[in-house]
Amino acid sequence: MRFERWCCKMKSLAELKAIRDKMQNAVNVRESGADNIRVVVGMATCGIAAGARPVLNGFTDEVAKRGLSNVTVTQTGCIGLCQYEPIVEVFTPDGTKTTYVKMTAEKVAKVVSDHLVNGNVVNEYTIGSLGN
Amino acid sequence: MYRSHVLVCGGTGCTSSGSEQIISVLEKEIEKQGLSEEVKVIKTGCFGLCALGPIMIIYPEGSFYSMVKTEDIPEIVSEHLLKGRIVKRLLYTETVEDNNVKSLNDTDFYKKQQRIALRNCGVINPENIDEYIGFDGYAALGKVLTEMTPEQVIQMMLDSGLRGRGGAGFPTGLKWKFAAGNQADQKYVCCNADEGDPGAFMDRSILEGDPHVVIEAMAIAGYAIGASQGYVYIRAEYPIAVKRLQIAIDQAKQYGLLGKNIFDSGFDFDLDIRLGAGAFVCGEETALMTSIEGHRGEPRPRPPFPAVKGLFQKPTILNNVETYANVPRIILNGVDWFRSIGTEKSKGTKVFAVGGKIHNTGLVEVPMGTTLREIVEEIGGGIPNGKKFKAAQTGGPSGGCIPASLIDTEIDYDNLLAIGSMMGSGGLIVMDEDTCMVDIAKFFLEFTVDESCGKCTPCRVGTKRLYEMLDKISKGQATMEDLDKMEELCYFIKENSLCGLGQTAPNPVLSTLRYFKDEYVAHIEDKVCPAGVCKGLVTFNINADKCKGCTLCARVCPAGAIEGTVKQPHIINKDKCVKCGACIEKCRFDAIYKR
Repeated sequence: MRFERWCCKMKSLAELKAIRDKMQNAVNVRESGADNIRVVVGMATCGIAAGARPVLNGFTDEVAKRGLSNVTVTQTGCIGLCQYEPIVEVFTPDGTKTTYVKMTAEKVAKVVSDHLVNGNVVNEYTIGSLGN
Repeated sequence: MYRSHVLVCGGTGCTSSGSEQIISVLEKEIEKQGLSEEVKVIKTGCFGLCALGPIMIIYPEGSFYSMVKTEDIPEIVSEHLLKGRIVKRLLYTETVEDNNVKSLNDTDFYKKQQRIALRNCGVINPENIDEYIGFDGYAALGKVLTEMTPEQVIQMMLDSGLRGRGGAGFPTGLKWKFAAGNQADQKYVCCNADEGDPGAFMDRSILEGDPHVVIEAMAIAGYAIGASQGYVYIRAEYPIAVKRLQIAIDQAKQYGLLGKNIFDSGFDFDLDIRLGAGAFVCGEETALMTSIEGHRGEPRPRPPFPAVKGLFQKPTILNNVETYANVPRIILNGVDWFRSIGTEKSKGTKVFAVGGKIHNTGLVEVPMGTTLREIVEEIGGGIPNGKKFKAAQTGGPSGGCIPASLIDTEIDYDNLLAIGSMMGSGGLIVMDEDTCMVDIAKFFLEFTVDESCGKCTPCRVGTKRLYEMLDKISKGQATMEDLDKMEELCYFIKENSLCGLGQTAPNPVLSTLRYFKDEYVAHIEDKVCPAGVCKGLVTFNINADKCKGCTLCARVCPAGAIEGTVKQPHIINKDKCVKCGACIEKCRFDAIYKR
């Protein structure tokens, strides 16, 4: 098993805190809080075939990189709009749901920075933009 | 970064029901589906719901799979982990309501629980110090060493009202204060992990699931009393706990959280494991220390108390595993938080190992003051097969029985003592109407007779005579005079024994006498065992009207005691019958009865 520190002994509380912060990020997937933002990726056969795996992993990595402890990334089955897969739904604690369609790994970074961090929905990726 | 964590219980209960194999199949299957980079498998400590093992939780969904079989793994991996479709039919049934999945915390088993000592059990990987640190581990030690004086730490323990979880309930802060007040060139901090009560296994689960919490708390205790060396006395029958504790100690040393000059504060603390061979008496504090010193584990008279002259004649404190598990939480969350939980004189929570005639066998941690009814009926899920609750036994061989009439007692140290039982280490054995109270008393006495170390006569000879009297009663050979003598002997043993083992050994007898005297009288005067347990007083009979002569009973009888021809009512030969009950189990016509 690999540890955060190998050779030298820690001498200060700051070093302990550094490990704690890093690990909290890694383990907070096990603390499902009710006031979290939930990012749900459709991972049924249709979603996987359309490329949902890189999208899901993109969200996980991006969320970890930015240390967003209030975001849970999870997966779900077929939403029923198979032609628009990969579909990603974002549930915010106030109960609103945003549905992003035809997602790609490239689009993920923008959704994370604009929507998850700053609270601005990326309208051009949503299902509502399809009609326009 | 992993998007999903699969937690599999690696406690002793689940390991024996095959969780190691589950993990290896799971890892292979995840590899096969190409998910190794996305899904992490973690072996944790005990979740508490041992009756339903092997147990597995998948996060972030928090799906709780129970009684997992290796055959189910491919489905769980391909459906849940790959496609995100929770396999509802394999979930713990309590978490599925109207086809919707409930959170684990909303199930009856966990709803009323408050986990402080067990907070990391089933959540972290006990063999990885980083995960413990991720859940605020060693932050309490850091705070104590950099911000607090030893006096402040002791004052905090005193104010919190924390009492020893090993049984007697002595205030932890007071114990520390006594040891701190005695000057010596060397002092010791010891941990009692010699969990001996039949049925109790919370200490084992804490050491298996969260070993670092004990290390951290012992270092805090060392700082408070001025000790630089600690010993964990743990029984060799707990191999998984010993192994994980050793791994944890090594990791803590590697990180400099044990050893010289911790956090650059000038404080040194080292920790070693001492293995016990499993004698019950070594859970008694003076016997435990004698055993660590390398002598035969026998108690010695007190005073001097260990706080004055303990291990190697130096001032020593000895606390139980569960007590230590509370310490870092109190330091971090504060005295007021801890005092807000529990009853007036018993603060915090207590872990109970619930077993016997109950649905949800396992570990539960509830605030002090929770009633027995809540534990048995709500958390425990009630008694199986529609039987009636008769009594609960707490405190193991030192404790007593709580009858059904007192089921609404709020459980804390003082209430239990008042009704003639004790908290003990927290074993809680539930009994239904098929349990004979004389037989239960006899069972516990047999245990203490075996485990008495033999140093003092009241315990060595007294418990043996007491056992013989109970045996006589269970065979219907006793008189009412014997019953009075037995009670007198109980008080004699209690008052004259050297250590806690003998002083509490008669408790199971006294408490059953107090609440179930009618059963003793029935054995003596009517020569019957009302529950039909005591073999000497039971005969097996066949109801000729119901017997169809199927010969099944005759075939299963190991003693060849059942005679009869096909399609004719059979007869049990009482001279040959060994009263094993095999015939009753097999009879399809309900024709065999005990009397």
